[in-house]
Amino acid sequence: MKPAPFAYHVPNTIDEALAILGNDPDGSRLLAGGQSLVPMLNLRLANFDNLIDINHISGLDHIRIESDSLVIGALTRQYDVAHNDDVRNRLPVLSNALAHIAHTAISNRGTIVGSLCHADPAAELPAVLTAVGGELVVQSAAGTRTIRANDFFNSSFTTAINPNEVATEVRFDLAGGTSGWSFEEVARRHGDFALVGVVIQMTLEKNAISDVRIVVFGVAATPQRITDAEKRLIGQTLNDATLDQAVADVAAALSPPDDIHATAQYRRHVAGVLVRRGLLRALEDANSSA
Amino acid sequence: MINPLSLSVNGVPYTAAIEPHRTLLSVLREEFGITGPKEGCDDSECGACMVLIDGEPTNACCYLALQAEDREITTIEGISDSPVGSRIQARMLEDGGIQCGFCTPGIVVMATALLSSNPNPNEEEIRNALAGNLCRCTGYQKIVAAVSKAAGDLE
Ligand SMILES: Cc1cc2nc3c(=O)[nH]c(=O)nc-3n(C[C@H](O)[C@H](O)[C@H](O)COP(=O)(O)OP(=O)(O)OC[C@H]3O[C@@H](n4cnc5c(N)ncnc54)[C@H](O)[C@@H]3O)c2cc1C
Ligand code: FES
Ligand code: FES
Repeated sequence: MKPAPFAYHVPNTIDEALAILGNDPDGSRLLAGGQSLVPMLNLRLANFDNLIDINHISGLDHIRIESDSLVIGALTRQYDVAHNDDVRNRLPVLSNALAHIAHTAISNRGTIVGSLCHADPAAELPAVLTAVGGELVVQSAAGTRTIRANDFFNSSFTTAINPNEVATEVRFDLAGGTSGWSFEEVARRHGDFALVGVVIQMTLEKNAISDVRIVVFGVAATPQRITDAEKRLIGQTLNDATLDQAVADVAAALSPPDDIHATAQYRRHVAGVLVRRGLLRALEDANSSA
Repeated sequence: MINPLSLSVNGVPYTAAIEPHRTLLSVLREEFGITGPKEGCDDSECGACMVLIDGEPTNACCYLALQAEDREITTIEGISDSPVGSRIQARMLEDGGIQCGFCTPGIVVMATALLSSNPNPNEEEIRNALAGNLCRCTGYQKIVAAVSKAAGDLE
């Protein structure tokens, strides 16, 4: 099948892009790496009158450490982030997650911010942002605002960005203190979207858990935090009893989909196994950072 | 709506007047008659359409032709003139890395990009690089071996 017709715009500045977008917000789409949007066009799953190619806007391609954030521009490619030493040293969970995403020809084009804005429920990066915390910086003709990770993913393929806004960068929080992470995923083949995945971010104080975020993805419309388990683990250490309770909380919190890829029961079971493994790995990582 | 396009393919300048929804793959094949890149899936899954855009491997089916304005595209037709590309082609033939040949242009493009940046890859690096290139015939063993031997030949 071939895409339906549209007009193509190539702004050189963000203001130009926002002006074009402002003329017809609901009938326009932004093109970043195109690795989700162009397949959808080819399948006629996307339809709009105006395509705004943001790839020629300068000032949107950067990877920066700013005090307690890792900042990544809207045009920075997944491949470049995956191979960046600052990212590997300061936010290794992101490098690790990127190794699970697609293949070279796709990550050469695909962006971090594009994946977040696309908000596929089986995608890795929305789960990473939810677990480590952070925010999207978005701009419209009216000005700039930030959207915290917890408020960003509304539903599958739906975010809190308005049709007249462009995301200019993402800022991942960098944890201080004695903290650790883990990333676990089960997929059909390496590079595929997850059947089930888990991202955990943990902080320790005096050998007990003082903060933990447990995010499961591929099981619901958005990355899902297991808040019951998170709350119960505060002040605890990991042992058979606390791990069993966390796995029970995971099973109780999830009602995953049944589809051609996996049954709901399988997904729920695997989520529990991955959370148990992930908690132990995050603890080990935190201890080795101490 | 029709937009003008000018770009370079394998060192030769081309121009066209095309609709914005045309992909680079469809313009290469249907407007310019450059049919080395193949259409396997049209959604960036298989790698049969792979070309180099300013040296970077990209699936031409998921890249709009207008995005290629002023860029340098290299297809399998251009790569076969390069020492690295022609060595990989020879090894693919000699070592049985080809059966029906549909995936081969994309595989040779990707392998050429790999050996250009990493002249001596190990098996895992070769398999990683080729992970986005699907082959329904060979079972991959012979492709991986051919790329590895081509790297050895070029040393
Ligand atoms: C074969 C294949 C396998 C893949 N496997 C995986 C996988 O395992 N895991 C995974 O997570 N992803 C996977 N992907 C998706 C890939 O990571 C995409 O690159 C990514 O989801 C989208 O990024 P993009 O820059 O290409 O965005 P585009 O395709 O350009 O855009 C996607 C959407 O986001 C919007 N958008 C983009 N940038 C902005 C912005 N700055 N502001 C506001 N809106 C914006 C666009 O309008 C569009 O609606 C795969 C893709 C392919 C083709
Ligand atoms: S035709 Fe482009 S990746 Fe399959
Ligand atoms: S040789 Fe037939 S698809 Fe690879």
